[in-house]
Amino acid sequence: MTSASRGFFGRRRPSVDPARLPPGQYWTDDFPVLSAGPTPRTPIEDWSFTVRGGAAGTVTWTWEELGTLPTETFTVDIHCVTKWSKLDTTWTAISLDVLLERAAAEDAFVTAWSDGGYTTNVPLEDLIGGRAWLALAYDGEPLEPEHGGPARLLIPHLYFWKSAKWVRGLELRTDDEPGFWEGYGYHNYGDPWREQRYAGD
Amino acid sequence: MLDVPTWEGHLAGQHVDVRLTAEDGYQAQRSYSIASAPQDRSVTLTVDRLDDGEVSPYLVDVLQPGDALELRGPIGRYFVWEESLGGPLALIAGGSGVVPFRSMLRHHAAIGSAVPVRLLYSARSLPEVIFHEELVRLGAREAVDVRVALSRAWPDDWNGHRGRIDREYLREAAWPASSGPLVYVCGPTSFVEAVADALIDLGHDTDRIRTERFGATGSGLPAPSASQGGT
Repeated sequence: MTSASRGFFGRRRPSVDPARLPPGQYWTDDFPVLSAGPTPRTPIEDWSFTVRGGAAGTVTWTWEELGTLPTETFTVDIHCVTKWSKLDTTWTAISLDVLLERAAAEDAFVTAWSDGGYTTNVPLEDLIGGRAWLALAYDGEPLEPEHGGPARLLIPHLYFWKSAKWVRGLELRTDDEPGFWEGYGYHNYGDPWREQRYAGD
Repeated sequence: MLDVPTWEGHLAGQHVDVRLTAEDGYQAQRSYSIASAPQDRSVTLTVDRLDDGEVSPYLVDVLQPGDALELRGPIGRYFVWEESLGGPLALIAGGSGVVPFRSMLRHHAAIGSAVPVRLLYSARSLPEVIFHEELVRLGAREAVDVRVALSRAWPDDWNGHRGRIDREYLREAAWPASSGPLVYVCGPTSFVEAVADALIDLGHDTDRIRTERFGATGSGLPAPSASQGGT
């Protein structure tokens, strides 16, 4: 049971529907950038996206090949473990259903890896069924490097560290291997609605 | 300064979550870097008051000695320094990004470490330099070199760097890339981006650069590490 903080009234945002903010989150209209290392800058001609470990073996798309795949443009809310939430963000992205189906994904766990050495782990079932994407554009513009461009994962139903920036591939695995932040004490799954910020939540 | 009876200790560079609760149950929480060393007796947070903030003005203007504060932590095991990580160490701060480095330098002093450290700290003007006297004192230690750079205004007799921490200054003042330093960069996003890019340009190893960014609106002080691939 938490007692009230003397003299704290808070600054509620009447325009924000509280039902859209997970517990402990606050609304922002900014787009903060938080990263553990420098922003990688891979030339687009050297860039590719790979899914390995599926029944179809290793499948790789160049940037040009990705451009031939169908994209969707949609609006979602995103929630960062550092407590900001940004509502109604618009993305143009390729559904991971398309990529994972091509790779004939079967195993239960996925590790996403990125330029710069970042990894994050997500159960396969969270990446299929129209709930996860490879995002190429934000608000109608190509994704800027500091926001993860040229391409990042977008898994809006989990805390945003799972939406790996500068993503270069997915590895399908039979075991669940904690990724970068998961290994530094953040929650293994990261559901904002259950406030799974840190290990043990 | 907080008295936390159940505190189990922290690592230099970690942060805490602070949660405020209004009478009607409304809550707001933010993350703040710990400014004290693991060896210090109390836990110190240094809070940069953001005019349009929700939590920082409360902590700076309303909170008084004796008030209770709900904390969670310590959090974050990445943007930390322990002696086993070695060095040489370059700590590069923009504005209130210096807070976790104050913890690291106090820790370094408390354990009598001989690991060479250089702190490059960029502030807009002299009055905005946090912990100035203490940093000068810490910088008087054999292994420690503290350099304050003033980017907008400086006294006539200022003998530190005048101007931004840019590539040229990093070339001259940070450890050379060839010495393989472990580099920590903390500050506003634009500062961290510029410094990290310049370091890579100068040949520093990406894997030896750890960054912590905070946005203008964001989370108050050195925000918790979200993710290299995340937000």
